[in-house]
Amino acid sequence: MSALTFSLKRRVDQRVDMSPLVCQKLLGLDPSDIGALELHNGKAKVRVDSLFDISGSDTQKIIIKNSYEKLDFIGKELETGEISIIGDAGAYLGLGMKSGFIRISGNTGLFTACEMKKGLIEIDGNTGDFLGGALPGNKMGMKGGTVLVKGNAGDRVGDHMRRGNILIEGNAGDYCGSRMTAGTIAVMGQTGKHVGYAMRRGTLLLWNGPQVPANFNDCGAHTLAFLPLLFKSFKTLNSAFSEPAAMFNRVRRYAGDMSEMGRGEILVKI
Amino acid sequence: MIINGVTIDQTFAEAFPMKATRAIITAQNEKWAMISAQAMTGFATSVIACGCEAGIERVLDASETPDGRPGVSVMIFAMGGKGLAKQLETRAGQCVLTSPTSALFAGIDGGTRIALGKNLRYFGDGFQVSKLISGKRYWRIPVMDGEFLTEATTGQVDAVGGGNFLVLAESQPQALAACEAAIDEMRKIPNVIMPFPGGVVRSGSKVGSKYKSLGASTNDAFCPTLKGMTKTDLSPEIESVMEIVIDGLTKEDIDKAMRVGIQAVCDLGAENGIKRISAGNYGGKLGPFHFHLQEIMA
Repeated sequence: MSALTFSLKRRVDQRVDMSPLVCQKLLGLDPSDIGALELHNGKAKVRVDSLFDISGSDTQKIIIKNSYEKLDFIGKELETGEISIIGDAGAYLGLGMKSGFIRISGNTGLFTACEMKKGLIEIDGNTGDFLGGALPGNKMGMKGGTVLVKGNAGDRVGDHMRRGNILIEGNAGDYCGSRMTAGTIAVMGQTGKHVGYAMRRGTLLLWNGPQVPANFNDCGAHTLAFLPLLFKSFKTLNSAFSEPAAMFNRVRRYAGDMSEMGRGEILVKI
Repeated sequence: MIINGVTIDQTFAEAFPMKATRAIITAQNEKWAMISAQAMTGFATSVIACGCEAGIERVLDASETPDGRPGVSVMIFAMGGKGLAKQLETRAGQCVLTSPTSALFAGIDGGTRIALGKNLRYFGDGFQVSKLISGKRYWRIPVMDGEFLTEATTGQVDAVGGGNFLVLAESQPQALAACEAAIDEMRKIPNVIMPFPGGVVRSGSKVGSKYKSLGASTNDAFCPTLKGMTKTDLSPEIESVMEIVIDGLTKEDIDKAMRVGIQAVCDLGAENGIKRISAGNYGGKLGPFHFHLQEIMA
C-alpha cells in the first residue's frame, strides 16, 4: 500500500483548514470518500479533490505535496500515523497533536506544535512565533513530545510550555521560554532578548551565552548528571542534537525568573 | 548421587515467594559506586530481623549504565510489597543519597512501580527539579557536592527467596574454601543474590526454639559440636557446615545458581575434605518452591 498523497493543484488566496486530513479521521475511507470531504477555505467550503490530486491509499502515511504557507492546521490532534509535508505549512501545524510523526521539508507558520501532547515534529526549515506555545488565552502550552527545528524559530518559543522537548538547531527569537511552566528548550544558535521571561520552572539549554536578564541569578559552573541522559534521549533523532560532538555536561547555571517562582534555569554550555 | 566423592543428599531446599526490586547505583568511579552499594545492602542478610534481604548482583561497566558512569546493580527482596517499598526508600535515602557523586536508577522496567527517588525529592526543600526523559521521570536534588540524580520509580516483581544448600566438610577452612569457590561462580549468574556476609552463612536456623519469644534458633541437627547430644544429621567425620542462601527473580534463576555453586564445591571434591551437600527445608509444608538437589545436579 502506497502512502496517501495529496498534491496541491493550485494555490488559493484564502487560507485552508487542513484539520480533517489527519490519519485517524481518514482511517477506513477510500480515495473517493476522501476527495468528497470538505475543507474550509476562507469563508467558503471546498472539496478536497478540487484542491488536491489524490493518489495512494495508506491513510496512516500521508504525504502533502506542493504545500505552501496558507495550509493551516495540518496534523491537528493527530493521534496515529505520520504526515510528510513537501513545501511550507501555515499556522497551527500539529496543534494539540496526541501522537505520531510529522515531518516538513520547508518552513512553518505561527503556533507550530501549539499545545502538543505527544509525538514528534521535525521541521527542516524555519518556524514562526509561539512554537510549542499555548493558544491565546490558554494557560498551558506544549504538554509532551518533541519538536525539532533545523532552522530558526520565531519569538516566544515554548510560551506557557509545560512538558516535552523543543530542540532548535538554529536561532530562537525574543522571549524564548517565556512563562514556561516546565519542559526543556535547547537552542544551538543564538537567542534573542528577554530569555526566560516570567519563567516558572523548566530548562533552557543554550549553546551560546544569552543576554542574561537581570532577574536570573548566576549559580555558577557545574557538571550536571542529567545532561548525558537527556542527550542520550536525542540519539534516535535525525539531527545535530544526536551527534556525539553535541553532547556536554558542563554548564553555567542561571536560576530564574526571580520575579516569578524562580525555579527555572538557563544552562549555558561552557 | 556422588560427584567427585561428594555425596549429594536426596533432599530439597524449600523457598518462599517474595517481592523483589533492583536498583542501579552509579558514581564517579567503581570504588564509590561500590561503597554506596555496600552501604545500601548492609544489614540485610535475613528478613527475620533485617526487614529485607539485599545484595550486590554485579558490577556494571560504564556502557551498561543509564548515565554512562561505572555502576553497581543491587537487589532487594522482602516478604511483601509494602515492606519492600519502605526498605528501598530508607536505604536509598540514607545510603545512596548521602554517598558522594552517586546517582540512582531503576533496575527493573516492568512490574509494579514503587518509589525510588520519588519521595527523596522532598530533601530538596523545594529546590528539586523534575525531568521527564524518554518517558521516565527523574529528580535532580541539589546536594552539597552538586546534584543527586535519581529515577522516580523502579519496578517491583514477584520473586523467590530462600533457595539454599549446605556444604558439609571435614574442617572449617575446607568448608569456607568450598563456599568461597561456590560464591565466585554463583556471582556470575544474573538475577540472584546471596544476601549473607560474603554470601555464606554459618548459623543456619531451624523453625522454633525452646524459648517462647524466638521464632528461629540454631539448626542443632547440623551443629558439629552437638553430634553427641542431639538428633544429629552429621556423620562423625563432619566438623563444619556452612550454608549458602540464594534469592532470585525466578525459580529458574535459583536453579542455575545452585547448580553452578554445587558444581564448584564438588570440583574441590572429597580430596579437599568436602563430604556432603545437603539443603534446608521444613518438610515441604511452608514454601511452595522446592529445589531438589539431585534433580538440579542431574
